[in-house]
Amino acid sequence: MKMDPMVILTIFTLSVFVGFEVVSKVSTTLHTPLMSGANAIHGIILIGAILVANEAKTPLETTLAIVAVVLATINMVGGFVVTDRMLEMFKGKGGKK
Amino acid sequence: MNSNLYALIGLGVSISFIMALKGLSAPKSARRGNLIGAFGATLATVVVFFDPKIVDRNNTLLIIAAIAFGVIVGVPAARKIQMTQMPQLVALFNGVGGGAAALVAIVEYLYLGDSASFGEVLATVFTVLVGCVSFSGSIITFLKLQELMTTRPVVFPGGRFVIAATLAGSIGTSGWVIASGGTTPLLVLAGLSLLFGVLFVLPVGGADVPIVISLLNAFTGLTVAASGYVLNSTLLIVAGTLVGASGTILTRKMAEAMGRSLFGTLFGAFTAKSQAATEAGEARPVKSGSPDDVAILLNYAQRVVIVPGFGLAVAQAQHTVRELADLLAEKGVEVAYGIHPVAGRMPGHMNVLLAEANVPYEQLVEMEEVNPTFPQTDVVLVVGANDVVNPAAKTTPGCPIYGMPILDVASAGNVIFLKRSMRPGFAGIENDLLYDAKTTLLFGDAKDSLTKVVNALKAL
Repeated sequence: MKMDPMVILTIFTLSVFVGFEVVSKVSTTLHTPLMSGANAIHGIILIGAILVANEAKTPLETTLAIVAVVLATINMVGGFVVTDRMLEMFKGKGGKK
Repeated sequence: MNSNLYALIGLGVSISFIMALKGLSAPKSARRGNLIGAFGATLATVVVFFDPKIVDRNNTLLIIAAIAFGVIVGVPAARKIQMTQMPQLVALFNGVGGGAAALVAIVEYLYLGDSASFGEVLATVFTVLVGCVSFSGSIITFLKLQELMTTRPVVFPGGRFVIAATLAGSIGTSGWVIASGGTTPLLVLAGLSLLFGVLFVLPVGGADVPIVISLLNAFTGLTVAASGYVLNSTLLIVAGTLVGASGTILTRKMAEAMGRSLFGTLFGAFTAKSQAATEAGEARPVKSGSPDDVAILLNYAQRVVIVPGFGLAVAQAQHTVRELADLLAEKGVEVAYGIHPVAGRMPGHMNVLLAEANVPYEQLVEMEEVNPTFPQTDVVLVVGANDVVNPAAKTTPGCPIYGMPILDVASAGNVIFLKRSMRPGFAGIENDLLYDAKTTLLFGDAKDSLTKVVNALKAL
């Protein structure tokens, strides 16, 4: 069952505004970790890769889908781990900014 | 699994991503925010196996093995990487994400065949085009940051026409895919997009690379959203759009912090000519000093500002510089660190590196605050930095860093540069300040030089 295009447009538009809003006050110090964290979040393409890998039938489809799963996993898992390592450096510094 | 429950979990995961981004914008909540995001992503990955929409389960074991393999590759890479090399790792992760999105779109396109609707084909074309650009572009930024290739803008004769032609070809092929369908046009599109990604990033100068990474990051987010449309996944639409939107804002903020126009960065390829302007500087006389000279200068100063740069990070000299700062503080010298927003390779990179060496947070002074204090500063110690103190950014219109805000170290009493050589900085531009009468140069590895200065200072 397909989603209604207007519903998709609504979800998309609202998400754009939320995306703008949540990062509007970030300090320069956190630009790099924030970029890295956002980078990890788009690793969620992993679930897309899993969905297509499930329905893949031909060897070509399966190979491409499995490669996509590997790449997406690296993006997601590696992204969150490296972001955490960066932020670990800031802990206990008692900074106000 | 019940489809309402599945949708609810998806909603929860979407919220976790919003909270993650929100948390990451403030230092106190940043780490927690990242963990919330990681938790949401893990939950989504487990639950997707029970997606009620899945009709076939052809490859479950293979998929789990692939995930395990991805973890085995990704986690050690993220754990073992030196903090100095972290920007290129982020670029690489972003690239593989874009590649994954493009592959997902291709597989779904093959699977749907002729039954794909116009909207689905359009979203597929978008994902393949942008995902491939993100993939190959990120690889080039990785090579530049890792210094496996030149960090200077690569401009070749007629380059702008080749780039324009490749872009036009990609768009034309997109039309071909939409009009006629079939596998061949889509693969041609993928090839052209990969090529365009390479050509698009090659002319970007080293100093602008972080902005490009951030932009490609936002691009990848949008491809994920487009995949969500094709795959009927609200979660992918929300998460991808969030990253796309926040990434765009972040890219603009970064460009502002570096005093670059986003437009100029991206289309520099089409205008870059005046490269050789400052390359003429040959053997002009410089004043080099010994560690003892430097120690004496520092010892009798009232106020010292240390300007750390990437060279400090490369030499792993964070701890030695801190030792020097502590020693000076004991002697009653006022010490501060002047941090340029893009010191290191990316905004905030230097803060991460110094925090690793336990430098007190209060001593890290940002550029706007430290600049007015330079006239009252006796000695500025520039450790492995170059571009961020280069007056050419103010005085030489047309040079690659022109317009970038810099640390005004020239207005201090004395400037000491710790450098490995006379080699120009990452942006590849000669620095006139090195030849200034108030400048003393101490050549050598930053850590080595600092250790010698510390010893000389102790002996005084």
